[in-house]
Amino acid sequence: MVKKITTPLTEETIRDLKTGDMVEITGVIYTARDAAHKRLVELIEKGENLPFSLEGAVIYYVGPTPPKPGAVIGSAGPTTSYRMDKYAPLLVEKGLKGMIGKGQRSQDVRDAIIKNKAVYFASIGGAAALLSRHIKSAEIIAYEDLGPEAVRKLYVENFPAIVVNDIYGGDLYEEGKKRYKKS
Amino acid sequence: MKKITKEQIIQAVKSLFLEAVVVLPEDVCEALETAKGQEESPLGRMVLEKLLENKDIAKNESLALCQDTGFSVIFVEWGEKVIFDGDNLVEAINEGVRQAYKEGFFRKSIVNDPIFDRKNSSDNTPAVINFELVPGDNVKIIAAPKGGGSENMSILRMLKPSDGLEGVKKTVIEAVNNAGGNPCPPVIVGVGVGGTAEKATLLAKKAVLRKLGEHNNDPRYAELEADLLKEINKLGVGPMGFGGTVTALAVNIEYFPCHIASLPVAVNIQCNSARHKEIIL
Repeated sequence: MVKKITTPLTEETIRDLKTGDMVEITGVIYTARDAAHKRLVELIEKGENLPFSLEGAVIYYVGPTPPKPGAVIGSAGPTTSYRMDKYAPLLVEKGLKGMIGKGQRSQDVRDAIIKNKAVYFASIGGAAALLSRHIKSAEIIAYEDLGPEAVRKLYVENFPAIVVNDIYGGDLYEEGKKRYKKS
Repeated sequence: MKKITKEQIIQAVKSLFLEAVVVLPEDVCEALETAKGQEESPLGRMVLEKLLENKDIAKNESLALCQDTGFSVIFVEWGEKVIFDGDNLVEAINEGVRQAYKEGFFRKSIVNDPIFDRKNSSDNTPAVINFELVPGDNVKIIAAPKGGGSENMSILRMLKPSDGLEGVKKTVIEAVNNAGGNPCPPVIVGVGVGGTAEKATLLAKKAVLRKLGEHNNDPRYAELEADLLKEINKLGVGPMGFGGTVTALAVNIEYFPCHIASLPVAVNIQCNSARHKEIIL
């Protein structure tokens, strides 16, 4: 069964999400990856405003290919999340509720997810052409100089993802591996 | 003497990348189909189905298979009897890359300096070019765009000769296990054994380009490839690391003689978007 959820994420929505749940996300999400995370965290440390509000926000770790003429966006699948682990706990503490990427997170991120009631989703790496069909609008809102790493405001419809880390301490990578490991 | 012009190189490199980034090789498509039939996890099968659907969309709409259109890695096997009719072969190759990434609307993923500026070069150059002189009068060019996520999971270990076969196996299995879902499994595991540090690393990279279904000519290495594949698929990592029985599609080993003191092992991990395309001029 697929759970349909909308952004910004509320605590009520997050309480209902469990590790392994398939979800479809509709609403505004923001893109940010390595270089943008570094800048966002520097702004927070300096006490300055961010280019978007973190309250209930979802960040998608992606650097899309450029759109062809007439297209909203190019191919847009997830990038590996651990590179954002250094920055993610602070963003979660400041209100970020959802992260979409791929691959396992650090203990610090998982603890921050539980403590601040957030959620980490994985999407399918390598399915970038398919995933781009769920992105209905895209607009660069910050750091245009970073090219593919600029922060984009996306509107997504029924964007498919799967819950990896929930607020109850679950981890899909650990549980999945345990289930199918053979001796 | 056979001559190859600058323009021939530019056009060859450009057309290779325009196709490689968009069209998944037939052997990889077949391996993903087979994997779908073998995967025990329903979630794993769903992932494989989406990957198969994705490669059809990419091909039909001329869209990049993956948003990470990669570092432009190129292997050139240059026949000794061929003359380059131009002034700068490396620049001709880079020009081919530049044109392909612009016309294909591919992502430019290269920063000019790794530590200090990290400013995007804006045209995906420079390419990483591996030249090899070979006998004959042909020039073979292989384009292998490589994503950062899977390349980051590569390792090099300088083992002791006494570590032997078991040491090699342990090194390869650990590399795949530690990588987990990060490199977008199911992966192709390239292993380079022997030589020096840089030789082993290059062999590992070359190994991932081998056609799926083909094995090392030496039956002992072919058996080791089969053994390692079996062990890796017992790890439980599965498609995208969500758990499952297909973690790797193949393990390909290339070897080279080595020093009496050494046993270098390099592992290069190729993601499910196993893109490469070659041409002979």
